[in-house]
Amino acid sequence: MNTVIIDYKAGNVQSLLFAIERLGFSAKITSNPDEISNADKVIFPGVGEASFAMNSLRETQLDLLIPVLKQPLLGICLGMQLLCKDSEEGDTKALGIFDVSVRKFPDSVLVPQIGWNQIYDLKSDLFKNIPEQTYTYLVHSYYVAKNESTIATTDYSEAYSTALQKENFFGVQFHPEKSGILGSKILENFLKL
Amino acid sequence: MLAKRIIPCLDIKNGQTVKGVNFLDLKEVGNPVEMAIKYSQQGADELVFLDISATDERRKTLIPLVKEIAKNINIPFTVGGGINALENVEELLKNGADKITINSAALSNPKLITEVAKRFGSQCMVVAIDTKFVRNQHKVFSNGGKIETENELFSWAKEVENLGAGEILLTSMNTDGTKTGFAIDITKTLSELINIPVIASGGAGTMQHFEDVFTETKATGALAASIFHFNEIGIPELKNYLKSKNLPIR
Repeated sequence: MNTVIIDYKAGNVQSLLFAIERLGFSAKITSNPDEISNADKVIFPGVGEASFAMNSLRETQLDLLIPVLKQPLLGICLGMQLLCKDSEEGDTKALGIFDVSVRKFPDSVLVPQIGWNQIYDLKSDLFKNIPEQTYTYLVHSYYVAKNESTIATTDYSEAYSTALQKENFFGVQFHPEKSGILGSKILENFLKL
Repeated sequence: MLAKRIIPCLDIKNGQTVKGVNFLDLKEVGNPVEMAIKYSQQGADELVFLDISATDERRKTLIPLVKEIAKNINIPFTVGGGINALENVEELLKNGADKITINSAALSNPKLITEVAKRFGSQCMVVAIDTKFVRNQHKVFSNGGKIETENELFSWAKEVENLGAGEILLTSMNTDGTKTGFAIDITKTLSELINIPVIASGGAGTMQHFEDVFTETKATGALAASIFHFNEIGIPELKNYLKSKNLPIR
């Protein structure tokens, strides 16, 4: 199987690669459109700032490629947020796969949310053999409200989407590569889809 | 519910984990990669690595070490020590660090906080503050606690938040290494003053100390070193204790 991790200068791709390798899989870090198009699985990571990340995608025209991909794609953290319509972070127009806006957490909670929080109402093969209320690691200031594509929910200021799915596009707000053994299992579930 | 975090801290000098008392008298306590694996398996919620090497040799050992740690653990980790430019941050993140922490460089060049936050996001920008109560004031110290700055703790923390930091690692130099408990007073005041997470550090000696800092302050993480390094308190034991006190613990 041929997995690629999209490299667009926004994110900690190295730790994701190590997590995949610990599962006995391999992956290639690339920004090459042909390699991405021909992959069996695509991972779209992201740690960073939304407008900077979108600019990087536009420079390499990956913003045009990602929405037309047909193989399973997993957006992680900022990667998931960039699959949405737009983001309040840097007033950024995003890729528009999920028809929902990314908003900032209100001041009634600590922002960013940093740490381990529980996911529930798990709805996809991505969560095969993952118990309800599993703790996952989250680090984010912006969030996606619940919508028709929500496949996992977490409570922080409100019940919001910690995972999304529409056709071949998956997104997780948490970091599966940093969420212990069960996080690795979620990553493995994606790689085995 | 968001869980309270238990965070072992590894001070790194020339590639080895060391530990001092009140920032002095360093002793070697073990191999950082082996310790990271152990803590990760025991249920630590995060790890912090602070490179306190005094020499320029430090970069040569730090980057391969970061990479080796990233290869071997599946929980997040923060790296700090000697970071003073955007390039240093990029290099650490590229090699597997999840967050970076700056201390002295934030004091000498506060706009670095904003630059890192803009480039990599606030969530990876942890500002460490070392503070000591002197002449009736909580003063901020730089250079590993060696130099007293003009800054007062609470105004500096507020400024750091405004500049874009995502988290504050607050170390009380008065309690660090003493095992007399976290500095509840300043941790409480600070965690109520700002709206970003605060990690309390310095002084953990008993399981009760962790309970106190989580119940009496709004800190969401508690960091400790020697009690874990010297097996005085096991992480599973500590987490079971805190769960039994109805604290949200993973």
